[in-house]
Amino acid sequence: MTERTETAAPAAAAPPADRPTPVSPAPAGAPAHKGAGAPGNGNGRWSGDAGESFRRNLGLVGVLVVLIIIGIITRPDLYGDMNWVGDNIMSILTLASVVGVVTVGMTFVIIGGGIDLSVGAIVALAGVWSTTVATQSYGAGGMIFTAIVVAVCVGLVNGFLISYGRLVPFIATLAMLVAARGLAAEISDKQTQVSNNATINGIASNDILGIPVLVYILAGVVAAGWVLLNRTTFGRRTVAVGGNPEAARLAGINVRRHSMLLYALSGLCCGIAAIMLTAQANSAQAAMANLYELDAIAAAIIGGTLLSGGRGTIVGSLLGVIIFATITNLFAINGLSTEAQNMVKGGIIVAAVLVQQFRFKSLTQLLARNKLSSTN
Amino acid sequence: MTDDKRPDEQVQAAGPTAVDNPDAVDAPDGVDSPNGTGPAGDPPPLVTPPADTVPGEVVLRLTDVVKTFPGVRALDGVQLEVRAGEVHCLLGQNGAGKSTLIKILSGAHQPDSGQVEWLGEAVSFGNPQAAMKAGIATIYQELDLVEDLSVGENAFLGHEPKQFGFVRRGYMARRTREILARLGHPEIPPRRMVRTLPSAGKQIVSMARALSHEARLIIMDEPSAVLAHDEVGNLFRIIRELTAQGIAVIYISHRMEEIREIGDRVTVLKDGRTTAANLPARTTPTRDLVSRMTGRTIEYVFPDRPADAPAGDELLQVRQLAREGEFADVSLSVHAGEIVGIAGLVGSGRSELLETIFGARRASSGTVSMAGRQVRPGSVGAAVRAGMGMAPEERKSQALLLGEPVYRNVTLATFTRWARLGFTDAGRERAEANEVADRLELRPRDVRRPVRTLSGGNQQKVVVGRWLLGDTKLLLLDEPTRGVDVGARAELYQVIRALAARGVGVLLVSSEVPEVLGLADRVLVMREGRVVHEAPAGELDEDTVLDLVMAGSLMEGAPA
Repeated sequence: MTERTETAAPAAAAPPADRPTPVSPAPAGAPAHKGAGAPGNGNGRWSGDAGESFRRNLGLVGVLVVLIIIGIITRPDLYGDMNWVGDNIMSILTLASVVGVVTVGMTFVIIGGGIDLSVGAIVALAGVWSTTVATQSYGAGGMIFTAIVVAVCVGLVNGFLISYGRLVPFIATLAMLVAARGLAAEISDKQTQVSNNATINGIASNDILGIPVLVYILAGVVAAGWVLLNRTTFGRRTVAVGGNPEAARLAGINVRRHSMLLYALSGLCCGIAAIMLTAQANSAQAAMANLYELDAIAAAIIGGTLLSGGRGTIVGSLLGVIIFATITNLFAINGLSTEAQNMVKGGIIVAAVLVQQFRFKSLTQLLARNKLSSTN
Repeated sequence: MTDDKRPDEQVQAAGPTAVDNPDAVDAPDGVDSPNGTGPAGDPPPLVTPPADTVPGEVVLRLTDVVKTFPGVRALDGVQLEVRAGEVHCLLGQNGAGKSTLIKILSGAHQPDSGQVEWLGEAVSFGNPQAAMKAGIATIYQELDLVEDLSVGENAFLGHEPKQFGFVRRGYMARRTREILARLGHPEIPPRRMVRTLPSAGKQIVSMARALSHEARLIIMDEPSAVLAHDEVGNLFRIIRELTAQGIAVIYISHRMEEIREIGDRVTVLKDGRTTAANLPARTTPTRDLVSRMTGRTIEYVFPDRPADAPAGDELLQVRQLAREGEFADVSLSVHAGEIVGIAGLVGSGRSELLETIFGARRASSGTVSMAGRQVRPGSVGAAVRAGMGMAPEERKSQALLLGEPVYRNVTLATFTRWARLGFTDAGRERAEANEVADRLELRPRDVRRPVRTLSGGNQQKVVVGRWLLGDTKLLLLDEPTRGVDVGARAELYQVIRALAARGVGVLLVSSEVPEVLGLADRVLVMREGRVVHEAPAGELDEDTVLDLVMAGSLMEGAPA
């Protein structure tokens, strides 16, 4: 836990950095703190970064607790009754699973300083391609292979356009959003393609030890994402490239190649999600996974991923996805409209970004100050 | 440090009464002090001779202005007096505090202590708008215009003439035309997009903006830097017209001949202090100006050069390297264990040269070789593999991940070496970083601290320390002590010398001439993209180098 959280570069609660550290030996924790709530305040322990994102994630858990309490009050039969609570948790996690997988990829892209608006479209294209009559004839393995290869290739195209074609990520992936959905509609001839493969369909309907397979897949992808971000050179490069691309470049990191790989990784997640979604619906169509890009970006953002790159955690993103799924669940079981639900979600996104900006502002002011001091 | 108190006394003595003293003009005290005192000697006493050419009243007076930033005392007692209708030149080396001073006058910074008197009243501008309103306009070197707005919209940006919430476009265009006529440029159409103007035209729009605010003082930060030679004459004509209308101008430039031509009085800054105020711009001998810019008040402690430097093998060889518009025909070599310094001003092409050698920019011609083998151009990766490491000029924006812990910044270029199957080894990285931290005496010593919490000097140690790991043979250092306090400077110098003693070659760029002279074994002087001089450091002194760096015409331009 400590290790992981160190990856995050917290903008928040920054103590006035770069106080003139006394040249004479001074206690490590002694620099004057002006910023409120400076991490590791006082006793010389600077696990401040760890503390920072841990606290942020704790805040998200707090939000989740509040939602559960609302659930217990409004529907004690589902949220309060121990006989139903397990089922309800599983239905929330199942609801979160597909978007959750997409969000893991999105988190990497955003930490790396980019954005991927085409994830929903890639899911749709991969889903449609893997359920054509021809592909289905190769069986479950062929379908999974097709979905993943298609999605990774589309991600690579995104990455290539952005890294080597110097397109702005927003534009490149917006274009891909349109194009991939178009291609999906073309391939499917705008029809819903039914999946006849029992293995694929079983991914959504089967349980292992009472836990749906979809939840296992989510857990696997989250775990893999966590390890990749926090324990591997790939993850380290991601943080470096997003946090300060120039510094990464001047340290000999191939920034362009890495950015490209990030979009391919996002594509890979979309391919996995495509299989999951196809299994859930027993079919695929060009309009599937509609607006997933917004769900994934929103989840990553409320999970503490900095939209400008360089900071973010997988656990935070996962919590973001689960919070959204819980809200959906709460509204559904209380018979409330999706319109009201969307308004609440919108409010939560704004609140999360406001909190983040408030904290981030102190850092940018700090940087501005320091920059001026260093240019003279 | 001996002249600590002098500026105050002298400047106070230079009040309006002193202006009438006619015999101080020709030979003010100390002006003829011989240059032989050298960089380490006592600087000549501050002189504040009256300037007979300046009839106007004092519009701006700064007294003992101090401004500190974390790790730096940017301004340490600045005195300045500007009169209506004069062109007051500010002279000083890079880092002397000129930019900070401008930012205080323009409201971007507030002084920590001292007084700013504007039109006879003590003022403190909380923000740039306040300064503008009060009549102080600043024209920055990189013009702050909105390219996609028209000339008129830029001139009146932020205070457009309005009626019922609508911009009075016709009126605005008319007013802009008037102002442009006043500037002697009635031919610029007010509705033209600024993007389509040449840079001289953009500068005129900046001045139009200043005039649209009814500015009484216009600060120009190296205005000639963006202009072609023949356009400078036009700029001067405009400045003369402005001053004839009673507007005061603070003019900042490194070019001595410009100061001679346009300036009325000169104030010299050094290490954040006024070392001379109100010198007559045309008659003060150049060597006097130079010695006031360089006379050391703080002695940096440079490590001793090894007595008999063992001439190592040639490590870096640069052959006729060029990059269009930045530098041309640069050939140099660095031997193992040798420190080579490049002296030059910002814009002389020195940083660009360093980045090109490192592969961060692609050369338009020429070659870079390490130990006899040519390095693939335009690839930082290839340069690093060949054994180069670079500490770039802008520490924060080019070198550090500020939120990341120290150890990850130290291992940024090497973490892959200790990774197994793509998995990083945090324990090993911390151990390696700890070793570096010990060697560099990093303070605080905790490598898990975010780099952002370190002082400038310790951040720089992190950047240099990055290249102590792995097998760096050649270190490229761009302004290694910028924003670093004196104590940490001495430590960095020791580190650099110690590296050289272990056989690492160092190529050092600095705009601080004493640093280059004190630290390097051999010095190259760059000006306008070319190496104009090369000599062992022992054979050069600060004035000579500054002379070469600044204009070339510096010495002969001065009247006896």
